[in-house]
Amino acid sequence: MSTLKYQSQAVAKPYFVFALILFVGQILFGLIMGLQYVVGDFLAGAIPFNVARMVHTNLLIVWLLFGFMGSAYYLVPDEAETELYSPKLAIILFWIFAAAGVATILGYLLVPYSTLAEFTLNELWPTMGREFLEQPTITKLGIVIVCLGFLFNLGMTILKGRKTAINMVLMTGLIGLAVFFLFAFYNPVNLALDKLFWWFVVHLWVEGVWELIMGAILAYVLIKITGVDREVIEKWLYVIIAMALISGILGTGHHFYWLATPEYWQWVGSIFSAIEPLPFFAMVLYAFNMINRRRREHPNKAATLWALGTAVMAFLGAGVWGFLHTLSPVNYYTHGSQITAAHGHMAFYGAYAMIVMTIISFAMPKLRGIGEANCNRAQVREMWGFWLMTVAMVFITLFLTGAGVLQVWLQRIPESGEALSFMATQDKLTIFYWLREAAGVVFMFGLIAYISSFWVKEKTA
Amino acid sequence: MSERFTKGMARNIYYGGSVFFFMIFLALTFHTTKEMPSRDNRQNITESVERGKHLWEVNNCIGCHSLIGEGAYFAPELGNVFNRRGGEAGFKMFFKGWMNAQPLNIPGRRQMPNFHLNDQEIDDLAEFLKWTSEMEVNNWPPNIEG
Repeated sequence: MSTLKYQSQAVAKPYFVFALILFVGQILFGLIMGLQYVVGDFLAGAIPFNVARMVHTNLLIVWLLFGFMGSAYYLVPDEAETELYSPKLAIILFWIFAAAGVATILGYLLVPYSTLAEFTLNELWPTMGREFLEQPTITKLGIVIVCLGFLFNLGMTILKGRKTAINMVLMTGLIGLAVFFLFAFYNPVNLALDKLFWWFVVHLWVEGVWELIMGAILAYVLIKITGVDREVIEKWLYVIIAMALISGILGTGHHFYWLATPEYWQWVGSIFSAIEPLPFFAMVLYAFNMINRRRREHPNKAATLWALGTAVMAFLGAGVWGFLHTLSPVNYYTHGSQITAAHGHMAFYGAYAMIVMTIISFAMPKLRGIGEANCNRAQVREMWGFWLMTVAMVFITLFLTGAGVLQVWLQRIPESGEALSFMATQDKLTIFYWLREAAGVVFMFGLIAYISSFWVKEKTA
Repeated sequence: MSERFTKGMARNIYYGGSVFFFMIFLALTFHTTKEMPSRDNRQNITESVERGKHLWEVNNCIGCHSLIGEGAYFAPELGNVFNRRGGEAGFKMFFKGWMNAQPLNIPGRRQMPNFHLNDQEIDDLAEFLKWTSEMEVNNWPPNIEG
């Protein structure tokens, strides 16, 4: 029995399921890398660190993209009050994207990277070998095609339906995502220019247009679970994303401090990125405020927990941990240290992994024909998953921050000649890395609990 | 939020604000690209440097190392490795020896793979790292250890 308002929303389900499968893969490779940090030669022949890292980060990006796409296919028809323009196209694109993703990951794992570059004719248009943009050029083209089809499908749906603020903001975010990805195809010989425009993808995604996507999804879920007036929620949404873009666009400057760029970026980057935590703080106030002012008791307690959790963790990870090292005089010492890694982990988990799990939590019971919410037992299991993963991530972040502070103290602050070398410093950080790995294992338990909650049923007497 | 502050006003701030600041960002980026030639050492990009950058990419060096602070944090920073390991006098010799000695196979130590580069390729990669070390990047890193 279907519990969907619009039948075509069902195309979101494979996207969500596949996203979660990739998420499991991401964490597995994270654990391998975490171990290689302390047992350096662990699997060094079979899965060298660079391969494991590429798989870990690329799986993250791809599962979040699947999550965003699933979210859009689920919420756009509901908001537009019309069926999706072409469910068939959505399913075709799912299979193309899934096949391209799996083939790319297998390519990373099965052949040396340089062989993969050769097979995929990287010579013709070299775009590979840059952090997060390691995909073969042909895969990048595939991503563009999938995005265009996806945007076309959504655009046609919105054109024939109701144009709500949530839909417009989500579309702006998704179009921005596609447009800024095009900079991935620009790889000049001059490393300085390469890096400058590489940030147009990386920063303008995660500290720009992805925040629009996150804001739109959160607003949608909040309307649904609280029953608060749309006008109020959409007003907050605009205020938050206005702050996010006003601070985040010029905040890109915090990546231009050490890059053959003029000194004014030290000021522009420091000032504007110091404002970047504000929209995240506003998001916390807003999520709690809306839930306190709720007009209905939604039976899906787990989704409510995720919605509050993503706001809080995004504020801590992206806002607080970002601010920690964003001012140029601080960044001079912390740039490219374990502090960066600490921030990256909590920010991605809090803002993006959790927003995707928020809407999965909200939508899945409907997509599976269960109804408004899973049974109580399943929700309790899901909430175990939430707390184990979230607390584990807090500890991963704290341990990496400890490692980072010590690294900066030993390796960066002393003068040349007195500073410890990179490798000697790493030896001193071992205890933090072991603790981080232990927290990573707890995270994996949390993920298993979360995934298993999809199979939990009410006890029959 | 007060009732006098309407959704329409919030929307206008969003659209107006983001367009305004994006324009400033584009203008500053444009100005930056005009200033960069005097700092980024582009006049010294030779064919060897170009081949070296390509080798850097197709062997996914960034998957373990950082280069001027960006990349992975598993292995040493290489933006200034040219200066750290011998400079003009000794870097190339050190580098060739180092690349050919991989993997070191020291139990428990982080292990760099052998990428099977020939002498010409090792020289190109060295030229790329030398060129990178000569970029003017506002005095980063703070010391020679990177």
